[in-house]
Amino acid sequence: MDAGTLALLLSLLRLTTPLCIAAMGELVAERAGVLNIGIEGMMLVGALVAFAVGVSTGSGLLAVLGGISAGAALAALFAAFVLWRGADPIVCGAALNLFALGATGTFYRVLFPPELAHATAPQPGALVFVVLTGLLVLGVGLFLARTRLGLALRAVGERADAAHAQGVRVLRIRWAATLFGGACAGLAGATLVLWIADTFVEGMTSGRGFIALALVLFGGYRPLRIVAGALLFGAASALQFRLQARGLEIPYGLLLMTPYLLTLAVLALFASRVRPPADLARPFRPRV
Amino acid sequence: MRGWRSVLAPLGAIGIALVALGLLLLLLGADPLRALGALMGGAFGDRNALENTLLRMCPLLLVGLGVALAFRCGVWNIGGEGQLYLGALAASALATRVLPDAPALLLLPLVVLGGALAGALWGGIAAALRVGRGVSEVLSTILLNFVALLLVAYAVHGPLQEASGAYPQSDLFPLAAQLGLLPGTGRVHSGLVLALLLPAALWFGLFRTAAGLRLRAVGLAPEAARYAGIRPERELVRVLLISGGLAGLAGALEVSGVTGRLFENLSSGYGFTAIAVALLARLHPLGVLPAAAFFAALSTGSGAMQRVAAVPAVTVQLLEALVILISASFALPRRTD
Repeated sequence: MDAGTLALLLSLLRLTTPLCIAAMGELVAERAGVLNIGIEGMMLVGALVAFAVGVSTGSGLLAVLGGISAGAALAALFAAFVLWRGADPIVCGAALNLFALGATGTFYRVLFPPELAHATAPQPGALVFVVLTGLLVLGVGLFLARTRLGLALRAVGERADAAHAQGVRVLRIRWAATLFGGACAGLAGATLVLWIADTFVEGMTSGRGFIALALVLFGGYRPLRIVAGALLFGAASALQFRLQARGLEIPYGLLLMTPYLLTLAVLALFASRVRPPADLARPFRPRV
Repeated sequence: MRGWRSVLAPLGAIGIALVALGLLLLLLGADPLRALGALMGGAFGDRNALENTLLRMCPLLLVGLGVALAFRCGVWNIGGEGQLYLGALAASALATRVLPDAPALLLLPLVVLGGALAGALWGGIAAALRVGRGVSEVLSTILLNFVALLLVAYAVHGPLQEASGAYPQSDLFPLAAQLGLLPGTGRVHSGLVLALLLPAALWFGLFRTAAGLRLRAVGLAPEAARYAGIRPERELVRVLLISGGLAGLAGALEVSGVTGRLFENLSSGYGFTAIAVALLARLHPLGVLPAAAFFAALSTGSGAMQRVAAVPAVTVQLLEALVILISASFALPRRTD
């Protein structure tokens, strides 16, 4: 493999890995019937906490754990409003994204005054994250398809009342799935600061959470197809930067829109062919 | 009881959110009362502050009304920010490039109308994707926000950049394309009058006309509405066009009444704050008025809070998010599903 191909492969992995991680978490949440559009915000908070922990301890492992717990903590807030209070998940997800922007903006400025602006996070290396992502995809795939709990989780997403009648604890499973989704989003955010960029920038997720949401749909709620979709997406973006480097006559400012236009195009082509879990985003109230 | 609830619940939401924010400020080592004082002073302290608050109220009112209408119809338009930017972009293109030499009497109406139409178009794309291709408007409006922001960035670095090329911003609007000031004010543009009249007009449209009934029926129970002969798809298209148009109008008023030119970061998140406005108003057009005033004051005061009490201005977004969460779970009329 020559250096050029290797560089292309690496940039493909950089573009794909965070999307895959976030999409796996959202997949589990959505298969349990929880639509969480707040993963963008959970990624952002995960990125800041991973950065802060990484800078202060110098430990990549602690930074990753920090990012994961931060994402899960924000997911707990989301679950409290959506699952416990029965509030609308879309409104709450949008609010959570706003919350994350405000929280990361506030804490970043308080924790990192200008004299600390050049702090960098530890870099555990690309391999760690790629292997971690592989294990995550494998684990989620096996869990959903091959375990009893995975079956129960899918039942909760398809027919919550039927699952409830079977004795499945619907809300408990939805809580767990939401927390798992948040943890994955936090990990995806940590990946951004511990691998893709070595520092935190306000709003650095720049829509990756929403693209991950679209990938879950594009992949038809199947783990491997989601990964394939993410790779396709990453390949298109990587090639686009390549073409740009070759001096293609498209203004750079317009080229920046590619990921969003690509996502919209993918949604337009595939959204109507996919059947989401039947009870997705529907509240569940157990009879007492 | 119901009447009281509609006033008390939003006040409660604000109260809880303020207490939560105060606790957070304590945690950060800031003095919450001092921050609150600075915030109030920055929003109402003097004439200039008050005019600033009125100026910020205008876009919040317009976009908030659009969001309230859309949410009432069960359409999750999260794209107010992008629609606002597109309105500002179209207005600036018209005023500085396409029509700068149009008759003075026509220029301003064309610029403002063009902005509103561009916003409606941006909402219309999401509507077309939903009706034609089954794409949820939640994702499409969010993604279109990113595209609109990048379009504006491209425009002010490229085709719309000022003639001198010094900064990434458009040329100053010709005078005939700028909104006049309200008599007796130093900065408040006349577009505010229009914005202040709209809540009553939309209240009438929503609660006293057949079109408003159809829209509300679709929001409450789309399938039941279908049996009553209403076509939910048509209502969805209509409400996204109106909602986008209102946001586009807000963008046009912003460039032709406040800044006089287009640049990046023109909006300071009005499109997202508008969601908080609409929810605090319990999706009621008349409620949008006080809700927009509240968030406008918050937004104006946040600058002073940053200067005086060293609390970052973005902290206000936390408050907005908390108000949305609390309103959505305690103060919103329950949907029967």
